[in-house]
Amino acid sequence: MNHLLRSLAPITDASWSVLDREATDHLLPALGARRLIDFSGPHGWHHSATNLGRTTALDTHPMAGVAIVQRRVLPLLELRAAFRVARAELADLERGAVDVSLLDLDGAARRIALAENTAIFAGFEPAGIVGIAQASPHAPIPLGIECARYPAQAAKAAETLLRAGIAGPYGIALSPAIYTSVVETTEHGGYPVFEHLGHILGGPILRVPGVEGAVVLSLRGEDFLFDSGQDLSVGYERCDESHVHCYLEESFSFRVATPEAALVLPATNA
Amino acid sequence: MGVDQYHEPPAELPAETRTFARLSASLTEEAEAIGWYEQRVAIEPDAEARAIMRDAQGEEFKHFCMDLEFLLRKTPVWRDIARGILFQEGDIVEHGEAAEASAGGGERDATESGPDGSLNGSGSLGIGSLKERIA
Repeated sequence: MNHLLRSLAPITDASWSVLDREATDHLLPALGARRLIDFSGPHGWHHSATNLGRTTALDTHPMAGVAIVQRRVLPLLELRAAFRVARAELADLERGAVDVSLLDLDGAARRIALAENTAIFAGFEPAGIVGIAQASPHAPIPLGIECARYPAQAAKAAETLLRAGIAGPYGIALSPAIYTSVVETTEHGGYPVFEHLGHILGGPILRVPGVEGAVVLSLRGEDFLFDSGQDLSVGYERCDESHVHCYLEESFSFRVATPEAALVLPATNA
Repeated sequence: MGVDQYHEPPAELPAETRTFARLSASLTEEAEAIGWYEQRVAIEPDAEARAIMRDAQGEEFKHFCMDLEFLLRKTPVWRDIARGILFQEGDIVEHGEAAEASAGGGERDATESGPDGSLNGSGSLGIGSLKERIA
């Protein structure tokens, strides 16, 4: 048994399988950022920090004649999203029910995926994580309100990256609202904006909850580094008379190795 | 002898599959030799003899790695999975499940479960990398 304490839960193996699959089914479409960055790991729950390869000089110390530097690391974040499952629903699941209510689990999956996406793109300052959008040194290219012009804006973004020496293919992360607009819109002549964007960028067009506007970034690799300790897992917390309380959990850090490999296209009202 | 490495009639197998089978057999033999040398060295009292066998075992390490690299180059899915497992620190089982899932070979039997009821025994959902390779 590990720290997830799954074997202490009043949940059978078959029901754990259902919970795991439900969680995975809701996480996969929501983990948009993970489709655009380099994933390392999982290195296990004991993995606590990412090596930055840098040091801080300690100038004032009592050891005469010795130079001392201290290694700098980026500590991993632990994310946990709690949920509960009604014991009556679990009992029905064992009887063969196929319509058990796992809405609380679905909500937890969406929350933790949103948190991961947000940390990757917007950063998380209290933990020293700088997001892709924060790090980009390029002047933002406003998206504007006319969706049919998005391919032209994306082409400008790709050209800017190319001129900065950042090779493609490029992907684009879109906020859910903008993604919907892109999917629904055709340019003059009826050509779908979605298809046009794909041709220009050469990479995926992704709906990423947690992204503001859009971000174009290179997929060549080694620019955006996700360091996974424990990958997304379901653990057990406690149970009461009516519910089993569980949680989704992961640990990770995120670094931008090449800030110039991304460009932000903020949403605008005009 | 000669065709023992084939599980199916050799005449029915394509040439590249026969080559694959030969290298698979070679990989097995190198692994066996590594194990044999490990045992011999463990009980050999003569230091010079031990040194010779350690040197010979080093040759087997090299042969094993060359065989493995050949087979991985011929099998992209195997290579992808190996990339997620080899030379990684941390939980080997977690790496294996994540690598299998991200390589697209992660179809799992709903009845399989680990000792904690999870699909892999570690509690991880095995999601791992979702970045697609773009040619």
